[in-house]
Amino acid sequence: MVRLFGIAIGAVFCVVLLFAALSPREATEVDPTLAFHEHPKKVHWSWDGPIGLGVFGGYDRVQLQRGFQVYKEVCSACHSLNRIAFRNLGEIGFSEAEVKAIAKNWTHEVPTINPDTGEAATRTAIPSDKIPLVYANEIAARAANNNALPPDLSLITKARPDGSNYVYSLLSGFADVPANFPADRRPEAPLHYNPYFHSLAIAMAPPLSAGQVTYAEGQPEATVDQMSQDVAAFLTWAAEPKLEARKRAGVGVIAFLLILTTLAYLSYRRVWAGIKH
Amino acid sequence: MSFPWANHYQPKHPFMQWLDSRLPLPRLVYNSVGAGYPVPRNINYWWNFGVLSGLALLIQIVTGIVLAMHFGANTLVAFDSVEHIMRDVNYGWLLRYAHANGASFFFIVVYIHIFRGLYYGSYKAPRELVWMLGVVILLLMMATGFMGYVLPWGQMSFWGATVITNLFSAIPVVGDSIVTLLLGGFAVDNATLNRFFSLHYLLPFVIAGVVILKIWSLHIPGSNNPAGIDVKGPADTLPFHPYFTAKDLFGAGVYLIVFSVFVFFLPNYLGHPDNYIPANPISTPAHIVPEWYFWPFYAILRAFTVDFILPAKLWGVLAMFAAILLLFFLPWLDGSNVKSNRFKPVSKQLFWVLMFDLLILGICGGKPAEEPWVRISQIASMYYFAHFLIILPIVSRIERPLPLPNSIAEAVLGKSEPAPANAAQPAE
Repeated sequence: MVRLFGIAIGAVFCVVLLFAALSPREATEVDPTLAFHEHPKKVHWSWDGPIGLGVFGGYDRVQLQRGFQVYKEVCSACHSLNRIAFRNLGEIGFSEAEVKAIAKNWTHEVPTINPDTGEAATRTAIPSDKIPLVYANEIAARAANNNALPPDLSLITKARPDGSNYVYSLLSGFADVPANFPADRRPEAPLHYNPYFHSLAIAMAPPLSAGQVTYAEGQPEATVDQMSQDVAAFLTWAAEPKLEARKRAGVGVIAFLLILTTLAYLSYRRVWAGIKH
Repeated sequence: MSFPWANHYQPKHPFMQWLDSRLPLPRLVYNSVGAGYPVPRNINYWWNFGVLSGLALLIQIVTGIVLAMHFGANTLVAFDSVEHIMRDVNYGWLLRYAHANGASFFFIVVYIHIFRGLYYGSYKAPRELVWMLGVVILLLMMATGFMGYVLPWGQMSFWGATVITNLFSAIPVVGDSIVTLLLGGFAVDNATLNRFFSLHYLLPFVIAGVVILKIWSLHIPGSNNPAGIDVKGPADTLPFHPYFTAKDLFGAGVYLIVFSVFVFFLPNYLGHPDNYIPANPISTPAHIVPEWYFWPFYAILRAFTVDFILPAKLWGVLAMFAAILLLFFLPWLDGSNVKSNRFKPVSKQLFWVLMFDLLILGICGGKPAEEPWVRISQIASMYYFAHFLIILPIVSRIERPLPLPNSIAEAVLGKSEPAPANAAQPAE
């Protein structure tokens, strides 16, 4: 009985699926801009480790500090980094005094209330504050940016596929619109052509130009490529600040488990010695 | 329970004797997962995945309970509280990555466990209820996994919840009311997040309860084995402890190593980048995809593209649920009197066709609903239903199995041999 019911139900599903599979498809137009998309360029990051597998290798503190400089002097004009507190900057090598100074001199103040009147007010930031928002709210952000919303960058490298390479490629990948690009799809001002952006037309103007940031003496030259890599590294840290602790723990855990599993295997063989199975 | 030659619990220590005569808990453990449970001696490594499923459930419950101490089940703070766990809670990153990857690994081991049951006919009499309770666990896991994915309140959480709950609106007459009931409102919002959190905390304990029923029911006939033949005498079995506890410890070690590779070195590999974007009800992601373990069923859902008497959406929903619910009837759809595919040359080939078909469905489910993926998933879905509902009932009836060995001991040893070191041993 179950079998007859089963065969009947199976036949019904198969007929419906066959009907669907054989019905003609609507002609779909292939997006003519599809061929212009590019995959992010691959960078050998410090956290990829010496053999590139990502088992060893942490952050390059000096690079992160350069990246922070780029963020502070360029990106922070529009993009917030609200999941990072100033105190976290100690983790990338800034001293306590430096962190205090960075917080105190930050371009935006922290919203608070006037303790006497209760009215909205602002105060200078202290290390325990999160890096303040650039705009009070989304409407203010859009109003200041041709209705585009500059995303918060705290998680940007985890919120995009191949995020670190993506941020680097996007920042260093602005280009002129290719000559053979479909005329009716050309990005119009205020949009800019970028083959790494999901729509190829990004509201952000090319933010970096050579020498825009003055790196400290002994640091590499501030080319667009160098600055893009540095800020992508910094934002990778911002999105995954525990990467080094995670990998260190991972090496220890797996080493422990390998020993445990070897011992478990040996005792398994000992227990089963002489037993046919 | 179990076989007459099973070891008997004989507490030696006066305290254990005292305890056993008042609360025979040690006896229960001894008979369930100790030396008192005789197991077919020929079971292979595929039998490790039952214990591994239990281990995966335990890891989920332990990490989940601690995560719940730091999580805020409110749309205003849910995403932020997850980031707080990642950044500010001691070892919060470890808890969250272990829990998120733990869900994927739970499904990996459970799927392998199910495939083992399919290959060796473990669902067949007398283990129908063991199998059916397993299907109940699978359904509960799917509900738990789906609701858990909503909790971080990222873009995929929100839109996945919107898409999946919307499926119920395909049900005639009461569909919309059911959706409103599920969501606690007219759209995915705070009420949805709250009830999903509540149920996500509850269901794992329901799963644990069903696991106990499943083990209980398993211990009546005892475990199946690769030969698929019944245990006939003491020479066929070995006590669970120490033989299979030792083997399971080794298996657990291998499992934990693979699991650790993902938790510590590829923690976001199985996730979706969009879920690191806070949920935004006015911005729909380009492609809404569920977690990978739903992909085969998602492909079946989307394979129904044409209205055929009923609306296409209703066909898709019916087929998706039917794809899992048909497993309840598997013990009766299969008419063969031989369990193991080892002795069924045609069924063995069909099993591998099914595995390939599920792989194709899984790939299609992760792709956008475009050609050629839709047509491929339509053909693959057709095979899925045909395999279980048409081919299996017919082939199992007409296939001539190879000759079976007379006993497990004979299959293992070539000829009968005196009983191994299996005589009653006094317990500690």
